[in-house]
Amino acid sequence: MTGRGRHPGRAPARAMVLAPALAGAACAAGLALCLLVHRPGFAGQAGPGFWAATAGLWLLATLAASDLAALEPRHPLARQAVFLAVPALFGLLVLALWELVTVGAGVPAVLMPPPSAIAVRFVQGGPTLAADFVQTFVKAALPGYALGNLTGLALAILADRVPVLRRGVMPVANFASALPIVGVAPIMVMWFGFDWPSKAAVVALLTFFPMLVQASAGLAAAGRLERDLMRSYAAEYGQTLRLLRLPAALPFLFTALKVNATLALIGAIVAEFFGTPIVGMGFRISIEAARLALDMVWAEIALAALAGSAFYGLVALAERATTRRPPARRTA
Amino acid sequence: MRADARGRGGRTLPVAGVVLAFLALWYLGALLGNWTGAADALARAGGTPGIDAVAAATMAQERPVVPAPHQVAQELGRSLFGLPVTSKRSLAYHASVTLSATLLGFGIGAALGGALAVAIVHLRSVERSLMPWIVASQTVPILAVAPIVIVALGAAGLTGLLPKAVIAAYLCFFPVTVGLVKGLTSPERMLSDLMRTYSAGRAQTLWRLRLPAALPALFAALKIAVAASLVGTIVGELPTGAQAGIGARLLAGSYYGQTIQIWAALFAAAGLSALLVAAVSLAEAGAARLTGARR
Repeated sequence: MTGRGRHPGRAPARAMVLAPALAGAACAAGLALCLLVHRPGFAGQAGPGFWAATAGLWLLATLAASDLAALEPRHPLARQAVFLAVPALFGLLVLALWELVTVGAGVPAVLMPPPSAIAVRFVQGGPTLAADFVQTFVKAALPGYALGNLTGLALAILADRVPVLRRGVMPVANFASALPIVGVAPIMVMWFGFDWPSKAAVVALLTFFPMLVQASAGLAAAGRLERDLMRSYAAEYGQTLRLLRLPAALPFLFTALKVNATLALIGAIVAEFFGTPIVGMGFRISIEAARLALDMVWAEIALAALAGSAFYGLVALAERATTRRPPARRTA
Repeated sequence: MRADARGRGGRTLPVAGVVLAFLALWYLGALLGNWTGAADALARAGGTPGIDAVAAATMAQERPVVPAPHQVAQELGRSLFGLPVTSKRSLAYHASVTLSATLLGFGIGAALGGALAVAIVHLRSVERSLMPWIVASQTVPILAVAPIVIVALGAAGLTGLLPKAVIAAYLCFFPVTVGLVKGLTSPERMLSDLMRTYSAGRAQTLWRLRLPAALPALFAALKIAVAASLVGTIVGELPTGAQAGIGARLLAGSYYGQTIQIWAALFAAAGLSALLVAAVSLAEAGAARLTGARR
């Protein structure tokens, strides 16, 4: 296997056919087993034959993944497909094993519901999930995210303008970014009440420091030569900032924006553990967990994962759209 | 060395200034935040209090909206050192509970992250199939669902330190994996070719070339990981099951409106975080000396 990996681009044509065929077979076998396990006689009382089949599925999928990973197709589209197919296969395998083990072994739903039950719950609980999403993501996470990033950027620019402030603020900011800031949630709930403003405040505080640290590093990123050039054009501070230094800082700003995208949702949900109105993802998670309705909890988790990944993906897309420049020009 | 010392000397004064300004703002916040409450309390006691009396009262309330810095400092001193460490009311007891879960989680997470990184560097199929999921795993707000993990693990019969440590480990494996992969692949082509001409095996190349070269990146990642581990543990202590730890202390303080207790617990958490990061820095210096790195 390692021998094949060492000669990229020389995979024989046989492997080009065999690997996708193996992957297809693994998918089909997984689907068949998942359908089979729900039949009476299997659910909760699967015999050794079933478990042998499950282990076989695992083996088959692993083989297919490693064969796929060894492929180095010439065509860019095919390359992209391989790049997506390998992790997708792994994800499907995890889901299938989860379903087979929980249903086949009859794991009680209060411990670990199967993915199918979670999917059903996700669809059935649509309106509740939507209301929670609006409360937690749209009302709390987004405004807090905007506020934290903007104030962080503003303070970074201010500290850049006033050197003494910079030398004083930056060590403190570096220290603060290692602190467990989510802990301020109970204080914010006490100050701003149970509804979304307190959650937005927690999110703003959480996102403030990463942006401050990254923006400061980014503002220092513009080269000496370019700065001197701007100076020789008699450019004002504001012009240099707008035309040279902020564009040069964009990669740093986006690093902070991406980190903060995940932090925002986390902050909003965790803050809800300290008191909420009767809507919101954090509220639903704690209340349903107390009722041992774990399928609803997992549906909320799936929603949070989807929202978090989508938010992150959007920021990453914006990054690609705004910073697409040849690297030679960026570092010249 | 000397330039470094001078640079630091130039920083002490501004940092002190920022900290002082922060304290001043805090006192002002305490004054304004507690004003109505203090004035009401005095008015209820009878008479019309003067401005100075109200101002003094804002600094000494039992459950202030914004506790004054010295109140928090007093509470910290009392609950850290004034009580026996075994007492449930001692902050030192709660901090030690949190610390042990944090360290356990950090150990598990760092070991898992390190193993993943080594596997990713050596096995192509692992890299291809796992790396996207490792990145995706971080966009999942796991911290938010931490309490559920605790509940689920508790239902499975796992209680005590381990469930919290699992959350902490989940948070800290990612920076370790990413940092270590970057570090392990950092040696130049020429150096790996040299190892090959020595006919060094993969294990030897790993131990003698890749790992030493990865140390700076590894320790940078470990610092992030240990801080993340503490956050994970504290959040893991929030749900109903936890009776001890800084997180439980925060929650209890929020239920009973004990603001000073909340603030003291927060500062204890901050101190703990600073201590942990400092410990990793110390280990870094030791490792650098051990491998004979030039600074």
